[in-house]
Amino acid sequence: MPKGDVPAFNAHGVWAIYRFEMARSLRTIVQSLVTPVLTTSLYFVVFGAAIGGRMGEVDGVSYGAFIVPGLIMLSLFTESIFNASFGIYFPKFTGTIYEVLSAPVSAFEILIGYVGAAATKSIVLGLVILMTAALFVPLEIAHPLAMVAFLVLTAVTFSLFGFIIGVWANGFEQLQLIPMLIVMPLTFLGGAFYSIAMLPEPWDKIALFNPVVYLVSGFRWSFFETSDVPVGLSLGLTAGFFCVCVGIVWWIFRTGYRLKS
Amino acid sequence: MSSVLTVSGLGKTYASGVTALSDIDLSIERGEIFALLGPNGAGKTTLISIICGIVTPSTGTITVDGHDISRDWRAARARIGLVPQELATDSFENPLATVRFSRGLFGRPPDPAHLERVLRDLSLWDKRKARIMTLSGGMKRRVMIAKALAHEPDILFLDEPTAGVDVELRRDMWALVRELRDKGTTIILTTHYIDEAEEMADRIGVMRKGRLIVVEEKETLIRKLGKKQLTLHLPEALPSIPEALAPWGLTLSEGGARLDYTFDTQADSTGIPSLLRRMDELGIVWRDLNTRQSSLEEIFVSLVRETA
Ligand SMILES: Nc1ncnc2c1ncn2[C@@H]1O[C@H](COP(=O)(O)OP(=O)(O)O)[C@@H](O)[C@H]1O
Ligand SMILES: [Mg+2]
Repeated sequence: MPKGDVPAFNAHGVWAIYRFEMARSLRTIVQSLVTPVLTTSLYFVVFGAAIGGRMGEVDGVSYGAFIVPGLIMLSLFTESIFNASFGIYFPKFTGTIYEVLSAPVSAFEILIGYVGAAATKSIVLGLVILMTAALFVPLEIAHPLAMVAFLVLTAVTFSLFGFIIGVWANGFEQLQLIPMLIVMPLTFLGGAFYSIAMLPEPWDKIALFNPVVYLVSGFRWSFFETSDVPVGLSLGLTAGFFCVCVGIVWWIFRTGYRLKS
Repeated sequence: MSSVLTVSGLGKTYASGVTALSDIDLSIERGEIFALLGPNGAGKTTLISIICGIVTPSTGTITVDGHDISRDWRAARARIGLVPQELATDSFENPLATVRFSRGLFGRPPDPAHLERVLRDLSLWDKRKARIMTLSGGMKRRVMIAKALAHEPDILFLDEPTAGVDVELRRDMWALVRELRDKGTTIILTTHYIDEAEEMADRIGVMRKGRLIVVEEKETLIRKLGKKQLTLHLPEALPSIPEALAPWGLTLSEGGARLDYTFDTQADSTGIPSLLRRMDELGIVWRDLNTRQSSLEEIFVSLVRETA
């Protein structure tokens, strides 16, 4: 290839960003994996063994197994948002973003690099948690393909969401704000550890306004074929959230919002 | 010579309302070293940032090697390398990984031999595996230059490359810039140090309050705007300047033992022969005579002041 003759898709550029982001996590591989494995184990000791023993079954599934999809989703949300938001916020903070902005990489390519890496990491993490869980409770996955589809779609969507937060944030506190104030409460209230059918009136109805209910429910369906809401609705809502995030990211790059002056 | 970069009618008003650039027209020749001079806030960084795609222009067009930076941005950007004013490096990375990243980012296939050459040229090879955070400030700046050179750009922008850098490194940097030029790279640098422009540049542009007030060959600029000074040393001190020598606007110093005459090299006549003749008539003898051309620094100061 002659010098300066650039192809229509800068694959080298995407790979460079992806690899850079992955290398960043590999430096902290121990923390990145040991922490979630430890946390998951603790959840099982507390919820699965101690409390679960008294809970009996939920929707015909042992409580220990029932909480697995919710646990994975919780990690998927927080890790995707954290990885993607930090990935784009940090170069903004240190000033190294200049290089990406001056390079022949399109918005789309930048996005694939950052969001791809963040999603990869949380998918790996999700699978690690799944394997840890399998050590504690017998698990069977009714629809493995659907399970993987939900896993990937959720990881990508929340990485996009994290990317938006990272672009928007003007400080490290703001980076934590949305995950702490919105995502965590919605997840805990979203049926990660119980079926919303177990909620008293009118909370079981109110819960249906919580988008996380749909995400967790769909994912759980792929394991046990039981769900709080129809699985098609879950898939539709996840895809809808994905489209909203894509739209916002597209707007950010078009206007240069908070990236260019 | 053909121009490798053209800027026309460029203007920039930031969201804050500050007009950083107005109506800039500039053409850079292939293979030249062009120095942008100007006081702080003149708009040098803004101009460079727009050309490199980091800041969006309000008006005007820019082409790089015939490629419009907004329509044909990939081709335009692939040809440019930028070393920004602010030190910004990935502290946890090492120099080798970071230049590899830069090369890939600019769409070039891996070339370990080129990267080794760049790191060696910048005396970074021995530190290629060291975390950047452990390097000195001067080394960090060299890492940034290495990053900008990783994709073999045709045009290199250096925004105040030697600000806060020690004398030795400045010399190294100058040598490097000349080497790059010899290999055919076009170099555009901004600087506060006028001696740097004087030492290195083929052409000089002077910016002030968002306008490019002068663009000129360095030699021409010095010749055109330069003033020369004639100094006469007198064996017998004068108590004051005689009335008859008033038209020359002389200054007397060193207790009357030295006469200075400043003249414009562009004027039709320097006035020197007539001055010397007149002194002869008045019986003022002089022992020694020398002339001195003003430096770029003096020219710069007078330029910026004149248009204030
Ligand atoms: N991001 C920005 N937002 C608003 N104003 C800016 C920004 N960057 C620079 N300026 C203003 O634009 C003017 C030119 O700045 P700059 O291009 O940095 O000049 P120089 O590099 O010559 O010192 C200054 O008045 C500066 O305050
Ligand atoms: Mg500047």
